Amino acid sequence: MTPGAAVLPCAGDPAGALLVLAIVLPTAGFLLALSVGGGRAERVALLFLAGGFAVAIAIVAAIWRSGHALSYALGGWTPPLGIALRADGLSAVMAMTTALVVGAVALFGRQNFAAPAPGVEARVPLSFWTLLLAVTTALNLIWFAGDLFSLYVALELLTFTAVPLVCLDGRADTLEAALRYMLFALMGSVLYLLGTALLYSAYGTLDIALLSERVRPEPAVWTAAALMTAGLVAKTALFPLHLWLPPAHAGAPPAASALLSALVVKGSFFLLVRLWFDVLPGLPSRAPAELLAALGAAAVLMGSVLALRQARLKLLIAYSTVAQIGYLFLMFPLASGPAGGPVAAGALTGGMLQAVSHATAKAAMFMAAGVMAGALGHDRIAGLAGTARALPMSMFAFGLGGAALIGLPPSGGFLAKWLLLTASVQSGQWWWAAVMLTGGLFTCGYVFMVVGRAMGEKDASEPRIIAAPITGQAVALALAVISMLLGLAALAPLDLVLVGRPTLAVVACR
Amino acid sequence: MTGATLFGLCAAVLVGLGLYGAIVHHLILRRIVAFNLLGAGAFLLFGVVARRGTGAGMGGDPVPQALVITGIVVAFSATALAVALLLRLHAVRAAEDADR
Repeated sequence: MTPGAAVLPCAGDPAGALLVLAIVLPTAGFLLALSVGGGRAERVALLFLAGGFAVAIAIVAAIWRSGHALSYALGGWTPPLGIALRADGLSAVMAMTTALVVGAVALFGRQNFAAPAPGVEARVPLSFWTLLLAVTTALNLIWFAGDLFSLYVALELLTFTAVPLVCLDGRADTLEAALRYMLFALMGSVLYLLGTALLYSAYGTLDIALLSERVRPEPAVWTAAALMTAGLVAKTALFPLHLWLPPAHAGAPPAASALLSALVVKGSFFLLVRLWFDVLPGLPSRAPAELLAALGAAAVLMGSVLALRQARLKLLIAYSTVAQIGYLFLMFPLASGPAGGPVAAGALTGGMLQAVSHATAKAAMFMAAGVMAGALGHDRIAGLAGTARALPMSMFAFGLGGAALIGLPPSGGFLAKWLLLTASVQSGQWWWAAVMLTGGLFTCGYVFMVVGRAMGEKDASEPRIIAAPITGQAVALALAVISMLLGLAALAPLDLVLVGRPTLAVVACR
Repeated sequence: MTGATLFGLCAAVLVGLGLYGAIVHHLILRRIVAFNLLGAGAFLLFGVVARRGTGAGMGGDPVPQALVITGIVVAFSATALAVALLLRLHAVRAAEDADR
């Protein structure tokens, strides 16, 4: 990286204030919802999330127009003394995805988490609406924070807001799943904090841009990198540290499952991307990248096989998340190739597109599964017969989401896998391509298993399927359609993901 | 051996004990305690870092100390949340057993 390239040129950009707004707005909503009480929490949450959506669009538009990353020095103090917020292409893409999925989750949650009567407070709705805003704050802080310690605080905030979402219904098994998740997550963040301490001791700063210029391959940095990677891997639920994910994601209410699977696991994944591509670009990262991808490959295979063996629909979707997280890690050896090459740029875009595509598709699938479980009274896959006839819209949403996971054109999953496959063949690492193709076959298997059952005729002996409200089904379908059309991003004139990466900028304006 | 080295070694021992406890123990309360040991090790390390990074004529680098205070608050809240979850789990289990 050329000296000074990471220090952003537009430090005084007025659009940088949007980044503050993206973090402050949901926080203000959270505090307001908590103080006005459960009866009105829903209205406050919807209002502030709509505002947050507008801010996310404005951030993407600002980055799109200028082609530069945004930055904001808090209180006018520039690093190393102060703390900076930064938004490059990666942050913008993730912030937009967050706004979209959180908005969809809010609309979907309206039917399950309405206040019992106008103005009456109840624990579960109040928790849901306030936590939804708090998760948005934590995620936006992760996308925009410019230093490693703010990122630690954001990670912990995300844990504290995601754990209660797991056990919203307060049953013993969900409480147990939440505790297990919490312990994994806490270990993960302490290891991350240890790495932060080591990096500070070596270089005297935690600012990402400054660190990237100073980092040299030496023992303290390798130790820090190993600790932080291990911690973040545990939080992302990469195989073999995935054990906490299926019970936590499958036990939560559908709206919360959608949020957890779509966005929360992406938070720590995003930090890994920041760590290896933005903080430690000066490290020869061949071996660690290969190790991460090998774990990812194992996750793709194990997660898919376990998903095929599940008897319950929500657990199947949760194990599918374990497998799809594996795909995300395949980008590391492909994108860390010769810096500046088109192969690396393609792999990075592919990996991030996979994250966005999975976020929308998986949220749609969890929502559709929630609607089906509500109508059937259970979520056993063997008892799904007749669902396609009774709930065609939800089943279509599930099928489209599944197709996006498999990677049928023109879905985002198709474009993502196309980019990753191309990168793996061009860089001569064909074995990752083999993993992707095998994983795709498995994905077909578990999606068709569900769709096939649901298409079957219902036995007259089984209880009638109750009709489900249309709003939730429409939201799930809309998300699935978005996921299906994400592949059209290939037609865009600018590769948004690569904005703010000087070494890859050559290919950014393709 | 300087004081900083000694405290650094102590931090390493605490981290090791915490990690060992978190992996080996099955009881949730013990794992929460192990997490706190691990956290204490990390905070001590920040203290050592503050000592080592002393500029000319200064007693210590203030930044790591500021970080530690935030870290302690976060770890305290984490412990409180984990213990609250554990208590609720215990209460729910007890109520379920009483129903049977």
